[in-house]
Amino acid sequence: MSSEHAKIHVRGLKKSFGRKTVLDGIDFDVAKGESLVIIGGSGSGKSVTIKCVLGLIQPDAGVIEIDGEKATSLSGRERDQLMAKFGMLFQGGALFDSMTVWENVAFRLIQERSHSRKQAREAAIETLGMVGLGGDVADLLPSEVSGGMMKRVALARAIAARPDIIFFDEPTTGLDPITADVINDLIVSVREKLGLTTVSITHDMASVRKIADRVAMIHQGQFIWTGSVGDIDNSGSEYVDQFIHGRAEGPITMDIRKP
Amino acid sequence: MNPLAAIGRTFLAFLASTGRMALFAGLGIFHCIVPPWYPRLVLRQIMDIGYFSLPVVGLTAVFTGMVLALQSYTGFSRFEAEGAIASIVVLSVTRELGPVLAGLMVAGRVGAAIAAEIGTMRVTEQIDALTTLSTNPFKYLVAPRLIAATVTLPLLVLVADIIGVMGGYVVSIHKLGFNPTSYLANTFDILEVMDVVSGLVKAAVFGFLIALMGCYHGYHSKRGAQGVGQATTYAVVSGSILILTFNYIVTEMFFSR
Ligand SMILES: Nc1ncnc2c1ncn2[C@@H]1O[C@H](COP(=O)(O)OP(=O)(O)OP(=O)(O)O)[C@@H](O)[C@H]1O
Ligand SMILES: [Mg+2]
Repeated sequence: MSSEHAKIHVRGLKKSFGRKTVLDGIDFDVAKGESLVIIGGSGSGKSVTIKCVLGLIQPDAGVIEIDGEKATSLSGRERDQLMAKFGMLFQGGALFDSMTVWENVAFRLIQERSHSRKQAREAAIETLGMVGLGGDVADLLPSEVSGGMMKRVALARAIAARPDIIFFDEPTTGLDPITADVINDLIVSVREKLGLTTVSITHDMASVRKIADRVAMIHQGQFIWTGSVGDIDNSGSEYVDQFIHGRAEGPITMDIRKP
Repeated sequence: MNPLAAIGRTFLAFLASTGRMALFAGLGIFHCIVPPWYPRLVLRQIMDIGYFSLPVVGLTAVFTGMVLALQSYTGFSRFEAEGAIASIVVLSVTRELGPVLAGLMVAGRVGAAIAAEIGTMRVTEQIDALTTLSTNPFKYLVAPRLIAATVTLPLLVLVADIIGVMGGYVVSIHKLGFNPTSYLANTFDILEVMDVVSGLVKAAVFGFLIALMGCYHGYHSKRGAQGVGQATTYAVVSGSILILTFNYIVTEMFFSR
């Protein structure tokens, strides 16, 4: 795959916080329409990786290109334009709690002033419908809906402006298996419907098998294994085996002291 | 925790971040000037900062005026200079006590609220979410608060001035038995436009500083509930210190010539 055609192209991404190195040379490409899933232990730097790609965290080194164009050190306006290609589902939802559900979903439409408030509301309700929520939640505040609904609202906000690329940071964490599966189905369906390129983070193997085309495993600041989702059970990597079977024993050691 | 150590640590942290604060302030002012603006957000902040601070500021002012009259009577009656009470009250209130006390009360109420709100938004990634939705958090969160506080505090202080002088008047007439007509005449004889104007300029400066500290500490809030709590404390402490510092600086600018 040549880098001109990659939707997202990342090489040598590095980031440290103080003396702690979190990313130590991350390389990956995501092709148009592809779904990459990043797996890895807690605190291994998955969220930091996608925040670097989004420009929310300034990397220490590395190349990031979106559609073949450099995405690091942009001016404010260039960044705004780039952001218009992105949607992001944050780990905690990150809904604006001073606004109603529909205002959250339509936030970008309202800010761009491309829609009147009435049109924006209609668009928001349509998008809420795509994630299986009825118009009755539109006027609630985020604090008034359940965790699963919050994820769906956040998903609706991420897709409301019809971006090209969506990042999902742990879309199913903290949900019951049934709701999690509903969210997975939603991700697959909006992806197909809107022809999106997606990068997702998850701990949940059911989710990986459902939404991934390709899987990358991060460990100690690097992608130690990348392969298609079909190969994940015979990856030949002890790290991946340990992770997908959830074993405490293996090459990955968590920073937890044994009793 | 040892309170003295806490103050010392806060003060050191304050010194260490002065440079970043100045940068933050510059960026904040830049985004106040350069469009797009958010008038609706400014209006909402004016309501939050101004209208809902009125009771606190009014109560502070009325009791300050009352106690001023009482205390200066105790002092001046010994020299049979009771006539000076009206001028003491009106000058202290308009020049110093109105702006400073209102500023400190608002720093406690509004500075803390701003820091808590923006800090929570930082911690729950709402500020990152703003950025991913192509909205500059400085324009959307910081600038409206800076503008609203700078505009609103002078209005609050004007109200505080009036209420404070009234408090002094009430005590002087009803408790100390002064003649209302001559008390009011004394009050307006001594008062000059500059006294009020200097107080209002102070108020605008304080308003800016309060909002700046709230935004700055909220914006740089550390993760977790503790981080937000800390941001709130810093906002109030540094806001109050800056108010007292700039009170001296502005006073010197107005009255040292
Ligand atoms: N803004 C920050 N300042 C300091 N350290 C940070 C910051 N953001 C992340 N880190 C550190 O970087 C490391 C990786 O964090 P990250 O959030 O990417 O983990 P993660 O892989 O997403 O974990 P999880 O699965 O628990 O969400 C953590 O040790 C975290 O403490
Ligand atoms: Mg994470």
